[in-house]
Amino acid sequence: MKRIYFDNSATSRTDNAVVEAMLPFMKEHYGNPSSLHSFGSEAKRGMDSARASVAKLINADPSEIIFTSGGTESDNLAIKGFAYANRSKGRHIITSAIEHHAIFNTCEYLEKNGFEVTYLPVDSEGLVSPEVLERAIRSDTILISIMYANNEIGTIQPIRELAGIAESKGIPLHSDAVQAAGHVPIDVRSERVSMLSMSAHKFYGPKGVGALYVRKGIRLEPLLHGGGHERGLRSSTENVPGIVGFGKAAELAMSNMSSESAKLIALRDMMIDGVLRRVPRSYLNGHRTKRLPNNANFRFDYIEGEGLVLRMDMRGFALSTGSACSTKSLEPSHVLIALGLRPEQAHGSLRISMGKDNTEEEVKLFLEALPEEVSHLRQMSPYSDSNPIMANEPWCSSEEHGHTTKEE
Amino acid sequence: MYSDKVLEHFKNPRNVGEIPDADGVGKVGNPVCGDVMFIYIKVKDDIITDIKFKTLGCGAAIATSSMITEMAKGKTLDEAKKITRGDVADALDGLPPQKMHCSNLAADGLKAAIEDYEKRKASKQ
Repeated sequence: MKRIYFDNSATSRTDNAVVEAMLPFMKEHYGNPSSLHSFGSEAKRGMDSARASVAKLINADPSEIIFTSGGTESDNLAIKGFAYANRSKGRHIITSAIEHHAIFNTCEYLEKNGFEVTYLPVDSEGLVSPEVLERAIRSDTILISIMYANNEIGTIQPIRELAGIAESKGIPLHSDAVQAAGHVPIDVRSERVSMLSMSAHKFYGPKGVGALYVRKGIRLEPLLHGGGHERGLRSSTENVPGIVGFGKAAELAMSNMSSESAKLIALRDMMIDGVLRRVPRSYLNGHRTKRLPNNANFRFDYIEGEGLVLRMDMRGFALSTGSACSTKSLEPSHVLIALGLRPEQAHGSLRISMGKDNTEEEVKLFLEALPEEVSHLRQMSPYSDSNPIMANEPWCSSEEHGHTTKEE
Repeated sequence: MYSDKVLEHFKNPRNVGEIPDADGVGKVGNPVCGDVMFIYIKVKDDIITDIKFKTLGCGAAIATSSMITEMAKGKTLDEAKKITRGDVADALDGLPPQKMHCSNLAADGLKAAIEDYEKRKASKQ
């Protein structure tokens, strides 16, 4: 059976050119960049050149790039590092209700440690309103963190406007750009972003490496203390092969971004139009146009997403869902709930995230398979148009089910 | 994550459907949590002669529904009542830990259907 990978927001296939760029830094140039000898300088040169490429991808200065182990660490360093270094200025942080768990859970941790966090609501398409942000800013607000593009529904935030408001109040804005970097153009200078998180494996780079852009003048407390690597902000011998691969992925993204995104937008729109036309009672989650080129996210009435992901997997398609049943916590996606969906609607969601290697033929195969599998699950479902889910069905209590649903 | 047996039952579920003139119907679960099961039984001389299910839920919810219909068919009501959640999970070569509670509703569904049958029978007498 031909397998079709539509889960590029989870991770992407490492580009062959990236692998080729990395190999010499394991086999020959294996030195420690901190060493004085020639082995060390070779490694250092590879790392410097990667730092320049990553900086260029977002129009930053190479000295403003801190390499980390990935998006989660970058987010932790930005939020905790900034909060602890600047706590004398205030204890209030603003973020959104649809952030990745790397931001969300870091903010919850800070709430337990003396900080106050405001979670801005989003509209039904997942957008943060600049006016709502402006109203939430207080005299003790020290940091604003709003993601560039959402990992589930792909909605792209008006970062330029949001960062402009932050700057006018003298507050730095951090953006988790893990899903956006390498896929959409980012210019931290003109957009007035103060910190930005990236991850290599989301755009055809290797896993285990990411970066935090930290604008000059921003003070952070390190998470890792040690030998003082990365300007003292991230001690640990650098992951040189990973960093070199990250640099190569950034280079490739810069040269291919416009052609790839045009291709992906065409595939995405074909996917969205096709699904909404072919599957009754199907809906798009997120904004129709202000979304990542590779993301489509649907919900289907009367079925549950994990079952759909499994059935589509049996037909060769790799997909993901925001259904509670797919997670260890058994909570439905906080992102879909923040859009105003009811839990039973969030359970019926399906995310498709395409990549540069996907083809129109694959989208056509998907559009043939999906309606059959939705219909198969609906035949098993007790619910239908003639027997809809009623609010407050008498046996519909969470206690009876053994766990409670999350209050948002 | 799932055993081959769970996946096999999920792929080819047994006894899907409704029984319009069922002698007992059991409903368990909660759409808010994502799993809802309806079980329909026909009973003759205290033996479950036919059983069907309709389930909204994940792979585990559908596989346990399918499995319990196979386990209960032809059993006496007393035997059927003794089937536990653990028995269903064992028959499927186990379930992931986070699914043991939430999606393993089938034994409760069967019990609810039998109770419904007994209640109807008592009200007729």
